Amino acid sequence: MRKKAINSFKCIFPAKSVNESFSRYIIAAFVTQLELKVNDLADIKTAVSEAVTNVIVHGYNKPEYAKSQKLVFLSCDYYSDGKVVITVRDKGCGIENVAKAMEPLYTTAPEEERSGMGFTIMQALTDDVRVISKPGKGTTVRLIRKMII
Amino acid sequence: MNYKLETENGIMDITLYGEMDHHTAKPAREEIDAAITFDNPIILRLDLSQITFCDSSGLGFIMGRFRKMQSIGGNLTLVNPSGPTQRILKLAGLDKLIRTEIKK
Repeated sequence: MRKKAINSFKCIFPAKSVNESFSRYIIAAFVTQLELKVNDLADIKTAVSEAVTNVIVHGYNKPEYAKSQKLVFLSCDYYSDGKVVITVRDKGCGIENVAKAMEPLYTTAPEEERSGMGFTIMQALTDDVRVISKPGKGTTVRLIRKMII
Repeated sequence: MNYKLETENGIMDITLYGEMDHHTAKPAREEIDAAITFDNPIILRLDLSQITFCDSSGLGFIMGRFRKMQSIGGNLTLVNPSGPTQRILKLAGLDKLIRTEIKK
Protein backbone atom coordinates (compact mmCIF):
# COMPACT_ATOMS: atom_id res chain seq x y z
CA MET A 1 0.00 0.00 0.00
CA ARG A 2 1.27 3.46 -0.86
CA LYS A 3 2.16 5.53 2.17
CA LYS A 4 0.32 8.75 2.76
CA ALA A 5 2.37 11.92 2.97
CA ILE A 6 2.53 13.58 6.40
CA ASN A 7 2.52 17.00 4.81
CA SER A 8 2.56 18.47 1.34
CA PHE A 9 2.33 21.72 -0.60
CA LYS A 10 1.82 22.81 -4.17
CA CYS A 11 2.52 26.14 -5.72
CA ILE A 12 2.48 27.71 -9.15
CA PHE A 13 4.52 30.73 -10.19
CA PRO A 14 5.65 32.42 -13.43
CA ALA A 15 8.80 31.03 -15.06
CA LYS A 16 10.77 34.23 -14.41
CA SER A 17 14.39 34.16 -13.29
CA VAL A 18 13.60 36.35 -10.29
CA ASN A 19 11.58 33.39 -8.95
CA GLU A 20 14.62 31.08 -8.76
CA SER A 21 15.44 32.39 -5.29
CA PHE A 22 11.74 32.39 -4.39
CA SER A 23 11.53 28.64 -5.15
CA ARG A 24 14.58 27.96 -2.96
CA TYR A 25 13.13 29.84 -0.03
CA ILE A 26 9.69 28.24 -0.15
CA ILE A 27 11.12 24.72 -0.37
CA ALA A 28 13.49 25.55 2.51
CA ALA A 29 10.63 26.96 4.60
CA PHE A 30 8.64 23.76 4.01
CA VAL A 31 11.32 21.10 4.62
CA THR A 32 12.57 22.97 7.69
CA GLN A 33 9.63 21.25 9.40
CA LEU A 34 11.79 18.10 9.30
CA GLU A 35 14.48 19.79 11.40
CA LEU A 36 17.20 19.03 8.89
CA LYS A 37 20.91 19.57 9.19
CA VAL A 38 22.23 22.74 7.55
CA ASN A 39 23.95 20.81 4.73
CA ASP A 40 20.86 18.72 3.95
CA LEU A 41 18.79 21.89 3.70
CA ALA A 42 21.43 23.46 1.41
CA ASP A 43 21.39 20.35 -0.82
CA ILE A 44 17.62 20.50 -1.24
CA LYS A 45 17.68 24.22 -2.00
CA THR A 46 20.39 23.72 -4.63
CA ALA A 47 18.67 20.74 -6.30
CA VAL A 48 15.38 22.66 -6.52
CA SER A 49 17.17 25.74 -7.83
CA GLU A 50 18.67 23.61 -10.63
CA ALA A 51 15.33 22.13 -11.64
CA VAL A 52 13.50 25.47 -11.53
CA THR A 53 16.30 27.24 -13.45
CA ASN A 54 16.02 24.56 -16.14
CA VAL A 55 12.32 25.40 -16.58
CA ILE A 56 13.08 29.13 -16.71
CA VAL A 57 15.96 28.79 -19.19
CA HIS A 58 14.76 25.91 -21.37
CA GLY A 59 11.17 24.96 -20.47
CA TYR A 60 9.38 27.45 -22.70
CA ASN A 61 12.28 28.46 -24.93
CA LYS A 62 10.59 28.10 -28.31
CA PRO A 63 8.90 30.80 -30.42
CA GLU A 64 5.47 29.14 -30.11
CA TYR A 65 5.50 29.82 -26.33
CA ALA A 66 6.32 33.54 -26.75
CA LYS A 67 2.78 34.63 -25.95
CA SER A 68 1.63 31.76 -23.76
CA GLN A 69 1.54 31.62 -19.99
CA LYS A 70 4.84 30.22 -18.75
CA LEU A 71 4.41 28.58 -15.37
CA VAL A 72 6.45 26.48 -12.97
CA PHE A 73 4.56 23.91 -10.89
CA LEU A 74 6.42 23.07 -7.70
CA SER A 75 5.21 20.56 -5.14
CA CYS A 76 6.67 18.66 -2.22
CA ASP A 77 5.54 15.77 -0.02
CA TYR A 78 7.30 14.27 2.95
CA TYR A 79 6.67 10.95 4.63
CA SER A 80 7.03 9.44 8.11
CA ASP A 81 10.20 7.58 7.07
CA GLY A 82 11.94 10.86 6.17
CA LYS A 83 11.48 10.57 2.42
CA VAL A 84 11.08 13.92 0.69
CA VAL A 85 9.62 13.98 -2.82
CA ILE A 86 9.85 17.22 -4.79
CA THR A 87 8.26 17.70 -8.19
CA VAL A 88 9.11 20.51 -10.62
CA ARG A 89 6.91 20.56 -13.69
CA ASP A 90 6.30 22.72 -16.73
CA LYS A 91 3.87 22.58 -19.63
CA GLY A 92 6.43 23.71 -22.18
CA CYS A 93 8.37 22.30 -25.09
CA GLY A 94 9.67 19.14 -23.41
CA ILE A 95 13.05 17.46 -23.89
CA GLU A 96 13.72 15.50 -27.11
CA ASN A 97 16.45 13.34 -25.61
CA VAL A 98 16.34 13.10 -21.82
CA ALA A 99 19.41 10.85 -21.52
CA LYS A 100 21.47 13.34 -23.53
CA ALA A 101 20.17 16.31 -21.50
CA MET A 102 21.29 14.57 -18.31
CA GLU A 103 24.88 14.03 -19.47
CA PRO A 104 27.44 16.08 -17.53
CA LEU A 105 28.52 19.27 -19.37
CA TYR A 106 25.84 18.88 -22.04
CA THR A 107 24.08 22.14 -22.74
CA THR A 108 22.05 23.60 -25.57
CA ALA A 109 22.91 27.15 -24.46
CA PRO A 110 26.72 27.49 -24.08
CA GLU A 111 26.61 31.14 -25.21
CA GLU A 112 24.48 31.85 -22.14
CA GLU A 113 27.26 30.38 -19.98
CA ARG A 114 25.18 27.38 -19.01
CA SER A 115 27.61 24.94 -17.41
CA GLY A 116 25.65 21.82 -18.40
CA MET A 117 25.95 20.59 -14.80
CA GLY A 118 22.34 21.07 -13.64
CA PHE A 119 21.20 17.44 -13.76
CA THR A 120 24.58 16.19 -12.51
CA ILE A 121 24.25 18.42 -9.45
CA MET A 122 20.64 17.31 -8.89
CA GLN A 123 21.81 13.68 -9.02
CA ALA A 124 24.70 14.33 -6.65
CA LEU A 125 22.55 16.09 -4.07
CA THR A 126 19.55 13.75 -4.03
CA ASP A 127 18.97 9.99 -3.88
CA ASP A 128 17.02 9.80 -7.10
CA VAL A 129 16.17 12.05 -10.05
CA ARG A 130 13.41 10.98 -12.42
CA VAL A 131 12.58 12.89 -15.56
CA ILE A 132 9.45 12.41 -17.61
CA SER A 133 9.25 14.53 -20.73
CA LYS A 134 7.26 14.65 -23.91
CA PRO A 135 8.04 17.10 -26.72
CA GLY A 136 5.26 19.69 -26.89
CA LYS A 137 3.73 18.55 -23.58
CA GLY A 138 6.29 19.55 -20.97
CA THR A 139 8.66 18.06 -18.45
CA THR A 140 8.34 16.68 -14.93
CA VAL A 141 11.43 16.35 -12.75
CA ARG A 142 11.01 14.36 -9.55
CA LEU A 143 13.69 14.67 -6.90
CA ILE A 144 13.74 12.16 -4.06
CA ARG A 145 15.86 12.58 -0.98
CA LYS A 146 15.76 10.30 2.05
CA MET A 147 16.40 12.12 5.28
CA ILE A 148 17.43 10.67 8.61
CA ILE A 149 14.99 12.20 11.05
CA MET B 1 24.51 39.41 -6.03
CA ASN B 2 26.55 42.56 -5.45
CA TYR B 3 30.26 43.03 -5.94
CA LYS B 4 33.15 45.30 -5.09
CA LEU B 5 35.82 45.80 -7.75
CA GLU B 6 39.30 47.29 -7.52
CA THR B 7 42.19 47.17 -9.98
CA GLU B 8 45.76 47.97 -9.03
CA ASN B 9 49.04 47.10 -10.80
CA GLY B 10 47.34 44.71 -13.21
CA ILE B 11 45.53 42.81 -10.46
CA MET B 12 41.77 43.04 -10.41
CA ASP B 13 40.19 42.16 -7.05
CA ILE B 14 36.49 41.38 -7.08
CA THR B 15 34.55 40.44 -3.97
CA LEU B 16 31.13 38.94 -4.67
CA TYR B 17 28.31 39.16 -2.13
CA GLY B 18 25.04 37.23 -1.83
CA GLU B 19 23.50 34.53 -4.00
CA MET B 20 25.05 33.39 -7.27
CA ASP B 21 22.35 31.94 -9.50
CA HIS B 22 21.12 32.33 -13.10
CA HIS B 23 19.14 35.47 -12.26
CA THR B 24 22.00 37.29 -10.53
CA ALA B 25 24.90 36.04 -12.66
CA LYS B 26 23.84 37.65 -15.93
CA PRO B 27 24.01 41.37 -14.98
CA ALA B 28 27.19 40.83 -12.93
CA ARG B 29 28.90 39.04 -15.80
CA GLU B 30 28.13 41.83 -18.29
CA GLU B 31 29.48 44.55 -15.99
CA ILE B 32 32.53 42.58 -14.87
CA ASP B 33 33.46 41.60 -18.44
CA ALA B 34 33.23 45.26 -19.47
CA ALA B 35 35.59 46.13 -16.58
CA ILE B 36 38.01 43.33 -17.60
CA THR B 37 38.06 44.62 -21.18
CA PHE B 38 38.71 48.17 -19.93
CA ASP B 39 41.33 47.41 -17.22
CA ASN B 40 42.96 44.47 -19.04
CA PRO B 41 44.25 42.82 -15.81
CA ILE B 42 46.90 40.07 -15.70
CA ILE B 43 45.26 38.43 -12.71
CA LEU B 44 41.62 38.38 -11.67
CA ARG B 45 41.11 37.48 -8.04
CA LEU B 46 37.53 36.46 -7.32
CA ASP B 47 36.75 36.51 -3.61
CA LEU B 48 33.90 34.05 -2.99
CA SER B 49 33.91 34.18 0.81
CA GLN B 50 30.65 36.16 0.98
CA ILE B 51 28.66 33.96 -1.42
CA THR B 52 25.73 32.43 0.44
CA PHE B 53 24.38 30.30 -2.43
CA CYS B 54 25.89 28.83 -5.59
CA ASP B 55 24.41 26.42 -8.14
CA SER B 56 25.41 25.37 -11.68
CA SER B 57 24.70 28.90 -12.93
CA GLY B 58 27.34 30.10 -10.46
CA LEU B 59 29.69 27.49 -11.94
CA GLY B 60 28.89 28.86 -15.39
CA PHE B 61 29.77 32.34 -14.14
CA ILE B 62 33.12 31.18 -12.70
CA MET B 63 33.99 29.13 -15.82
CA GLY B 64 33.05 32.10 -18.01
CA ARG B 65 35.44 34.45 -16.15
CA PHE B 66 38.14 31.74 -16.29
CA ARG B 67 37.80 31.62 -20.08
CA LYS B 68 37.58 35.39 -20.36
CA MET B 69 40.89 35.77 -18.47
CA GLN B 70 42.49 33.04 -20.62
CA SER B 71 41.35 34.85 -23.76
CA ILE B 72 43.32 37.97 -22.75
CA GLY B 73 46.34 35.94 -21.63
CA GLY B 74 45.60 36.36 -17.93
CA ASN B 75 44.71 34.12 -15.00
CA LEU B 76 41.85 33.64 -12.57
CA THR B 77 42.34 32.92 -8.89
CA LEU B 78 39.47 32.06 -6.56
CA VAL B 79 39.85 33.40 -3.04
CA ASN B 80 38.33 31.84 0.08
CA PRO B 81 35.29 30.11 -1.44
CA SER B 82 32.47 29.87 1.12
CA GLY B 83 31.11 26.45 2.16
CA PRO B 84 28.24 26.32 -0.39
CA THR B 85 30.56 27.49 -3.18
CA GLN B 86 33.28 25.01 -2.32
CA ARG B 87 30.81 22.13 -2.35
CA ILE B 88 29.64 22.93 -5.88
CA LEU B 89 33.19 23.61 -7.14
CA LYS B 90 34.26 20.18 -5.86
CA LEU B 91 31.23 18.44 -7.35
CA ALA B 92 32.13 19.81 -10.77
CA GLY B 93 35.90 19.28 -10.31
CA LEU B 94 36.59 23.00 -10.85
CA ASP B 95 38.65 23.10 -7.65
CA LYS B 96 41.30 21.13 -9.57
CA LEU B 97 41.14 23.30 -12.68
CA ILE B 98 41.15 26.80 -11.18
CA ARG B 99 43.77 28.06 -8.75
CA THR B 100 42.22 28.58 -5.34
CA GLU B 101 43.71 30.58 -2.50
CA ILE B 102 42.61 30.00 1.07
CA LYS B 103 43.54 32.92 3.29
CA LYS B 104 43.14 32.64 7.04
